[in-house]
Amino acid sequence: MDACVQQRDYTAKDYKSDVKPIWCPGCGDYSVLAAITRALATLQLAPENVAVVSGIGCSSRIPAYTSVYGFHGVHGRALPVATGLKIARPDLTVLVTGGDGDGFSIGGNHFLHACRRNVDLTYIVMDNQVYGMTKGQASPTTEPDWEGSKLTPDGAGIESFHPLVVALAAGANFIARCSSSDPNNVADIITQAIRHPGFSLVQVLSPCVTFRPEQQEWKHMVRTAVVDVTDDAARAARRLMTDDGFNVGKVLYKGDRPAYQPEAKGAAAVADLEADFAL
Amino acid sequence: MGGQTVSLVMAGSGGAGVVTAGSLLLEAAARAGWYAYMTRSSGPQIRGGEAAVMIRLGTEPIASHDDRFHLLVGVDWQNVGRFAAEIPLGAESLIIGDPGEGETPEVFVRSGAQQIALPMKALAKTVPDGRPNMVAFGAIAGMIGLTEDVVLGVLRDTLKRKGEEAIAASIAAFRAGVEAAADFPAVPRLPAGTPATSERWSITGNEATGMGALRGGVRFVAAYPITPATEVLEWLAPALPKVGGVLVQAEDELASINQIIGGSYGGVPSLTATSGPGLALMTESLGLAVAAEVPIVVIDVMRVGPSTGIATKSEQADLNIAVYGLHGDAPHLVLAPTSVADCLFTTQWAVHLAESLQTAAIVLTDQAMGQARAVMPRSAAVSFIGQREKPAALEAGVHYKRYANTASGVSPMAIPGMAGYTYTADGLEHNETGTPSSQASDHQAQLDKRLRKLTGYNYGDHWADITGDEDADTAILTWGSSAGPAREALERLRAAGQRVKLIAVRLISPVQPEKFANALKGVERVLVVEQSHSGQFHRYLRAQYDLPRQVKALHHPGPLAVRPGAIVEHITQWS
Repeated sequence: MDACVQQRDYTAKDYKSDVKPIWCPGCGDYSVLAAITRALATLQLAPENVAVVSGIGCSSRIPAYTSVYGFHGVHGRALPVATGLKIARPDLTVLVTGGDGDGFSIGGNHFLHACRRNVDLTYIVMDNQVYGMTKGQASPTTEPDWEGSKLTPDGAGIESFHPLVVALAAGANFIARCSSSDPNNVADIITQAIRHPGFSLVQVLSPCVTFRPEQQEWKHMVRTAVVDVTDDAARAARRLMTDDGFNVGKVLYKGDRPAYQPEAKGAAAVADLEADFAL
Repeated sequence: MGGQTVSLVMAGSGGAGVVTAGSLLLEAAARAGWYAYMTRSSGPQIRGGEAAVMIRLGTEPIASHDDRFHLLVGVDWQNVGRFAAEIPLGAESLIIGDPGEGETPEVFVRSGAQQIALPMKALAKTVPDGRPNMVAFGAIAGMIGLTEDVVLGVLRDTLKRKGEEAIAASIAAFRAGVEAAADFPAVPRLPAGTPATSERWSITGNEATGMGALRGGVRFVAAYPITPATEVLEWLAPALPKVGGVLVQAEDELASINQIIGGSYGGVPSLTATSGPGLALMTESLGLAVAAEVPIVVIDVMRVGPSTGIATKSEQADLNIAVYGLHGDAPHLVLAPTSVADCLFTTQWAVHLAESLQTAAIVLTDQAMGQARAVMPRSAAVSFIGQREKPAALEAGVHYKRYANTASGVSPMAIPGMAGYTYTADGLEHNETGTPSSQASDHQAQLDKRLRKLTGYNYGDHWADITGDEDADTAILTWGSSAGPAREALERLRAAGQRVKLIAVRLISPVQPEKFANALKGVERVLVVEQSHSGQFHRYLRAQYDLPRQVKALHHPGPLAVRPGAIVEHITQWS
C-alpha cells in the first residue's frame, strides 16, 4: 500500500488550488494553508482521498484554496458535515478548518459533541479572537474588555471562552496549540493530529491584522510551551487553566480513546427485511 | 374502499392495556383474512395517561376512518373524554363501559349512543391473573365475529415469551369477555375473509417510510429523536446495518441535516427524519443542499403546530414551511405520500429524485399516517434506485467543472476518492468549477440551472394519484393523509351516481401545470380538502395553478381528522 502511494512523490504544491485567497495581506491564515499542504505532503496522501470541510468565515475559505475534495458549508456546521462524511466514508482523511466564531459560538454544541463522539477528524481552528469577515466584532475568545467593536463599544464584558479546557472536559483525545508565525511547527502538529486516531483539535493563533492590528505583536509574545505531552486529562486541564494562551508549539494532551466508527458491514438484501412485515 | 367494514375504539387510562389489546385485535383480524387500519391517540404524558386505539376492519384494503364508530369500549373512563372530538359516535353506536369504573363521560353520552354495562374488572378477577383489557378484547371479538381459534393462535404467538400461565390467563379473560357479550346488541359482523398469506403485510406508515428509504438506496441516516418521527428511525436503526448502512443519533437537528449532507457528499444516499420543529431548524441547511447540489431526503412526519404544538396529534400544516421556508430562490422537491402504503413508494421515489436531480427532497407525512398501522397487500417492488450522474473521463489539462451549466441542468457529480476530479462543494454562489463568485452572471447561470433541472425533468404519472370518472365535472383535490377519507368519499359519491374524480397530489413542488390542467379538463368545480387551519394547500394551489371558476375549500386544523362524510356532504350540497 505504502509503496503504491509513494509511486508519486507529492509536494505541498500538489495540494494547493489556483484560487487566489480573499484574505488581507499579513493574515495568519496564509501560513496555516501552507502548513496544511505541507502536512499532506509529509503524509503523502493522495489528494482525492482527502477532504477539507469548513463552515463560514475567513479561515473557512481554506477548502477552495486546496486541490483536495472540499466542502464549504454554512456557519457553524462544519463539524457535523465532516462527521457525516467520515462515518459514511471511513476511507477518507477528513480535515475541518474554521475560526473561533464558527467553532465555539454558532457551532458550540457541535464542538462539544465532536470532542465526545471522537470520530477520526482533524479540526484546525484559526483563532484570531475576532469576527473578521463581518468586519470586527467580538468572538467567543475575545477578551472581555476589548473595545474595538462598534457592536460592543464598551467591551463584550463577558469572560472569554477557553476552547482547549472545554475540549478536554468534553472528551477530546488530542489537543495542541501552535502559532501561525511558525508554519513548520504548525505543519508538524497537523501531521501528528492527522496520524492520531479519533478527534484531534489544533488551535492555531492566527492574527487578524486588519481588525486586531495589535495582534501583529503575537509573534513576539508566543513562547514554546515547556511541557511534555500528557495523557492525564486532569493535569492537562490544570496547565491549560493557568496558562496565558501563548504557550504554543506543542501537543498538550493525547489520550488513547478508540475512534468512533460504526461499521457498515451487513450484506443482506433489502428484500430480506420484508419478513418484518409479512403476516 | 368497497366491501364491508366495522369501526371500533378501545380507550382507557395508562396501564389499562388498550394499545396492547388493540394490536392483538388487529393481528387476529389480519390472520382471519380481513384488512385493517389502526390509529392511536394519546395524551401528552411520558408514560401512562390516557390512550385510545381506533380500529377499522374490513374485507377490502382500508385507508381511512369512517364517519362514526360502531363501538366504543372504555376499559375505564379516566380522562378519556378528552378524545371525544376524535371519536365521533351516533345514535346507532354502542358504548361499553365498566359500571365499577365510573360514569360514561357526558360528552360521549350526548351522542345518543346506546350504553351497555360490562364489568370488565370484575370479570377479569374471576380468572387467575386476568386483565380487563383482555375481557374487552373478548367482548369485541365476539361481537364482530372474530373466531376464537384465530385469536388463540395470536395470543399463543404473542405471549410465548411470558410463559404458559400468562397465555392461559389471557385466554380465560378473553373467553369471559366473549361470553359476557353474547347477548349484546349487534354491530356489523364481517364475513370470513381469505386467510392471510405472506402476500399481506402489517405495517405502520413510519415503518413503510423506513423501508422506502432502504429500497431507494439510503445507507446513511443521521437524526435527532422527535415525536411522531422517531419510529422511522427506530425501525431503521437495526435494519440499516443489516444492509450495510449506518444510523447516527446526532446532537440536534442542525447536526442531523449537516451530517447527511456530509454523508451524501461522500457518495452515500442519505436521509433524516423529523417533525415540524425539527424541520424549522433544518431550513438553513436545506438551502445549503440546494446550492451545493448535494442530494438529501428529509422526512417530516407532521404534527400539530405551530411551535411545539401537540406532539402526539396530526395536522397538515407544514406545507408552507416545506415549500417556502428556504431563503433565497431555492428550488427543491416536496412530496407527500397519499396513504400508509404509499409512504413506501413516495419515500423511495423521493430518494430516486433527490439522487437524480442532486437536490433536497422533503417528504411530508403526518402523525395519523406515520403512526397508523395498516394491514395491506404486500408492497410490490419498484425499480427506483437513486442514480447520481458521474462525470465522464476528463481530457488531460481540463479542469473538472462540478457545476457545469448543462442543458438538463444536472451537472455530473464526482465523489471523493475519484482522482482528477477534486472540487469544493459550496453553499456560496459559485461559478461552474465551484469557485465562490459574486458575479451577477454566475449567479444567474447557477440559479437557472438549479431551476431547470427540476422543471425540465419528466416525473411521469407519479405526480398525483388520480381516480374516479374520466368525464367528471367535479373534482376533489387533496394531499397526504386526507387522501384516505377523500378516496372513500369518492366511492360513496360515485355509488350515489355522481361523476367525480379525485386528484391526490404526490409531487407538491415543483408544480406540474400541464399535467394538472390535463387532469382538470372538463371539470367545472373543485373541492380542496386538507387538515390545516388556514387552508395552506388551497392557497398554494390558487397561487400556482389555474383552477376552475367554482372552488370550495374544506379545511380544519388537527387533531380532528377529515371524515369522508364531510366531503360527501360538501359536494352533495353543491349540487
